[in-house]
Amino acid sequence: MVRLSDLSESEAAHILSVPCTDNDGSPWTVAPDAASIRLAIVTTAGLSRRDDPAFKPSSTDYRVVPADVPTSDLLMTHVSTNFDRSGFQQDINVVFPIDRLRELADAGDIGSVAALHYSFMGAAEPEKLEAKSRELAGLLKEDRVNAVLLTPV
Amino acid sequence: MVISLVREHTERIKPPRALWVPFQLGRPLGAPDDAAFQTRVLRAALALFTAPAGPIIGDFEEDAPGADPDDYSGWVCPVALPAPPDGTAVPGSLLAQVQAEIDSLAPWYDLARERRGRTTVGVSGLSVVDAAAFLIRFLDDPEIESPDPALSVAHAAKFAADDLKAWYFEAATARPGADGSVPLNDWFWQETAAGRLLLSLSAVCRGIDAPVMQWLADKALVPRSHHHLIP
Repeated sequence: MVRLSDLSESEAAHILSVPCTDNDGSPWTVAPDAASIRLAIVTTAGLSRRDDPAFKPSSTDYRVVPADVPTSDLLMTHVSTNFDRSGFQQDINVVFPIDRLRELADAGDIGSVAALHYSFMGAAEPEKLEAKSRELAGLLKEDRVNAVLLTPV
Repeated sequence: MVISLVREHTERIKPPRALWVPFQLGRPLGAPDDAAFQTRVLRAALALFTAPAGPIIGDFEEDAPGADPDDYSGWVCPVALPAPPDGTAVPGSLLAQVQAEIDSLAPWYDLARERRGRTTVGVSGLSVVDAAAFLIRFLDDPEIESPDPALSVAHAAKFAADDLKAWYFEAATARPGADGSVPLNDWFWQETAAGRLLLSLSAVCRGIDAPVMQWLADKALVPRSHHHLIP
């Protein structure tokens, strides 16, 4: 799982019916050398700090997740009930692999881990996320981020 | 770099670099508490940075530990709970049964919280007992006031339900060996009074002609995989 062929017919049909942008092409840039990569996580898992406003069904904004935030401060306020949360409950790295990225930086697989990471709540129509996504791209550049890991749920 | 859980979507979106993984929704890195496996996933993703052209979708063919039903069919709840009430239970007795379950599971929730150094409970701002009590009052009277003036009663119910589920799941996974979510979900929805409470709540909301209640009934309380249990 999730190979659609492993799901029930109705579950597979539902997943395929979720609004999805059809892009004709894809932007392409040459990636930096491993030692130069400064990586940030952008997740659509609906993560927020305890004092942040919770995500609502129509939310198109994002929450900031500092790299040094205590994991005990992070909640998941995604509106959907149709994905597993027990993995995240047991180990935050299943969704937000901050510890693994630090280890990869220490091992030289990447250069560094960004100071700030971000979470959307991936239930809004994709087009409505564009404005905040563009805003976020500017913030990433300010943090000298040159590579992003997008993690869905 | 995108971790792709649904290859069919990724083929349409065409991100420059994506790694498709055969993991269940909600687990883009595959498995909890398995650093070596998570690192293999990330290294496979990072390897796509060396691709000369794109868009490119790489395939991570290794199934996550615990994804095979045979690997976790032996999971059992740390404590044996009484059989949940049937659909005719009155709110008072349902609350008593949920509270008894919470009392039984509390040592396991505390253990899980201590070992992990964190809990994901806290979305509603209510204690688990208060969250359950609020949901039962809501079951009895869907027109009650929200416990949080900033939230509609439906949204407050959604967050209380999220906390109730998270509390039970964290308690139930306190012992090692709970890698897969299927038996956890089946246990919660079929064998607990808390699950029965949320199923009954969904049924009540389905009968209320208001969009927010229909949202609560169909999308916010019970996963689609267990809608067939709604009375």
